[in-house]
Amino acid sequence: MTTLLDSRSFLRWCWRQLTSMRTALILLLLLGIAAIPGSIFPQRTQNPLQVKQYFIDNPSLAPWLDRFSFFEVYSSPWFSAVYLLLFISLIGCVLPRSIEHAKAIGAKPPLTPKYLDRLDHFTEIKKIDLDLAEKYLKSKGFRIRRETNSISAEKGYARESGNLLFHLSLVLVLIGVGIGSLLGSRGDAILNVGDRFINTPTSYDILGFGKFQAEDSLSPFSITVKDFQAQYDSVTNSPIDYTLTVSTANPVGSAEDIKIIKVNQPLAYGNTKIYLQANGYSPSVIIKDKQGKVVFEGPTPFLPQDSNLSSIGAIKVPDMDPQIGFVGSFLPTADRDPVRGGFSSYPEVLDPRLLFSIWKGDLGLDSGVPQSVYRIDTSKMERIGLKALALNESFDFGEGSITFTGWNSWVNLQIVSDPGKIYSLVGAILAISGLLISLFTRQRRIWVKQGRGTQIAGLSKNEIPGLDDEIRDLVKELAGER
Amino acid sequence: MSDRSAALLSNNFIYVAIVIYALAFLAHAVEVAWSVKTPAVQVKKTKLDFAKTERLGRLGSAFMVIGTLLLLAGVIFRGISTDRVPWGNMYEFSITGTFAFSVAYLYALKKYQIRWLGSPSAIAILLSLGTAVTLLYRPSAPLIPALKSPWLITHVSTAIISGGVFLLANFVAATYLIIDRYEQKGARPVWMQKFPTLESLDNFSYRLIALVFPLWTFSVIAGAIWAEAAWGRYWGWDPKETWAFITWVASAAYLHARVTVGWRGRKAAWLCLLVGSSFLFSYVYINVWGTGKHSYSGL
Ligand code: HEM
Repeated sequence: MTTLLDSRSFLRWCWRQLTSMRTALILLLLLGIAAIPGSIFPQRTQNPLQVKQYFIDNPSLAPWLDRFSFFEVYSSPWFSAVYLLLFISLIGCVLPRSIEHAKAIGAKPPLTPKYLDRLDHFTEIKKIDLDLAEKYLKSKGFRIRRETNSISAEKGYARESGNLLFHLSLVLVLIGVGIGSLLGSRGDAILNVGDRFINTPTSYDILGFGKFQAEDSLSPFSITVKDFQAQYDSVTNSPIDYTLTVSTANPVGSAEDIKIIKVNQPLAYGNTKIYLQANGYSPSVIIKDKQGKVVFEGPTPFLPQDSNLSSIGAIKVPDMDPQIGFVGSFLPTADRDPVRGGFSSYPEVLDPRLLFSIWKGDLGLDSGVPQSVYRIDTSKMERIGLKALALNESFDFGEGSITFTGWNSWVNLQIVSDPGKIYSLVGAILAISGLLISLFTRQRRIWVKQGRGTQIAGLSKNEIPGLDDEIRDLVKELAGER
Repeated sequence: MSDRSAALLSNNFIYVAIVIYALAFLAHAVEVAWSVKTPAVQVKKTKLDFAKTERLGRLGSAFMVIGTLLLLAGVIFRGISTDRVPWGNMYEFSITGTFAFSVAYLYALKKYQIRWLGSPSAIAILLSLGTAVTLLYRPSAPLIPALKSPWLITHVSTAIISGGVFLLANFVAATYLIIDRYEQKGARPVWMQKFPTLESLDNFSYRLIALVFPLWTFSVIAGAIWAEAAWGRYWGWDPKETWAFITWVASAAYLHARVTVGWRGRKAAWLCLLVGSSFLFSYVYINVWGTGKHSYSGL
């Protein structure tokens, strides 16, 4: 029995510690510090390739950092512990205060202190009728406690209301974040102009699901990429505008609509939004074998490397024997430089070149290890040629021939479903409203008391100026100087 | 007016503003130097005589006002030359942020009697305008697609204004710590005697942080809304976002330390310095050396 009591009082002690302001302050500072490593070390969620590189560069340190979640700081146990404790502390502190505050709203202001002359803004005037003071203070929106020979008046409860609103709204923001990460999904699809995308898991190049999100819950739309236009500044070569025109149907098979997607203008289907995230060029080739049979035809997305869209990529032809691969770069506007060799001098396609090396052997596609579509594992291959082609040129590489027939644009669509963000948004708006309300509200008390004359004093919480003016006005009014 | 002549005009306004700010610095420096009188034989201590230098101080403040107006003209013509708000790269952030800093300084000048901060403020302004003009300058150019959004105006303007205020709070806290150092060793040196009391410095930096916190909160929220429209997520722990978050949490910690735990003086000043520095760090470090989605601005 005693142990039960002990443990109960221990728990109570813990709770008091956790909800004390000092703990909250320490937790706040800790949260700030705990967020720092995520900006120093590469994070898996943003930059998986950089994390891999970090492992290669620091082979002894990286596994230790990994053990302590330094590559996934924001979902790490220690980061989560800090913010969960902070929020428990916040709720533990703010909820009781809210209840108290709700009671205080209906209650009268506290009793008038015995000696007003020790308080700030003390003034004594010739005796006047208290009713006059009461009427005036009421008209100014003060709540009033009237006693036989004194008035206690208070105003500015909204300060505490705003403050509590701010803190409670932060909880709503966190709930929104939680819903988004548990019930949302996010994926990328790379599409050439002309391609059609149907929103099912297999259509994606990458797709991530929240823990409780079901795979069949993707909204059933289809998107066909009709056109993509990029506009560049002719002086700085930097992009000015991207316009993607798509034709969409929701659900698949219903009437199609033409829609425009821009960088700051995603397409929305309920909680699901479709973003234009990246773009590049897909050079088109026709590859024939020795007999002249077409073994490969069409566009292949290449990955841009610089602002003039010099792009690299790989064309894999597994259906030839031996297998053939092309490791290439695509230059939209080709130029030459004695040091750098071939490069692109403008991001639009004005004078395209396709440069490639040709490899023969085993592409390693059957090994089961996922491969980048932009690269070829040439460890089991042998290089048999090197060539640069202008548009419509062909090259015979012995095992067959390749013709550079044209180019196409590709776009990377990111498709995101986040059912939680509306809660976070509402929480954020409420939080900032609460903050402004509490910032611009002064909480203050004024007392009027009959002594030899009529005594007036005031008290301003949070030391915000303005009360002296108010008291001066009150004195003027009561002394009949208006 | 053609874009090119507007750009030239903007540059010229900024060059002239630099000259005027330099004059403001000189006036304030001379004001302080001349106030220190050699001690009379019978008085042990050195004394200050402000009678002679009051006019110099006023002149310094007048130069500050003129410099700020010229800078404003420079910012406006920069905007005209690009047909957009002048917040597309780090050069433009710097000139606008310096303008916000000057306005905050001028606003507080009367109220908190911070003319003594005149020469260090002028140095800060000269340094940031100097780096902007020499290292960060970019010709006027249109925005890249990711920056084309109404949120550019709300998010970036509030961030820049917050930056000016954070910088000023940093200044005040640092001044607090320096004066506090001297007072611990004995009395203030002569040239510091006209500085306000430690208590009013302490209150001033609290006011600044309390003022900037809602603004900064708004800026972060506006940024999140914009990120949702441009990048498909409202929060992604990109380095810039991380440091905005750290600055926000640190400001909240500062306010709690002052209001609810009752920190005052030295401890509060150190915390304030930490808040302001985390903002400056995220501005300089992430923009110049950082990676991530916020580094598109070409500085
Ligand atoms: C454990 C969590 C927290 C607790 C227990 C807590 C509690 C409090 C309390 C009691 C006040 C006093 C208000 C007053 O007396 O006027 C306050 C003020 C405040 N809190 Fe919190 N809080 C917590 C977390 C946070 C967080 C996470 C933030 C924001 C990042 C925050 C921001 C503020 C602000 C801005 C004020 C107003 C300060 C002022 O009046 O100038 N609080 N908090």
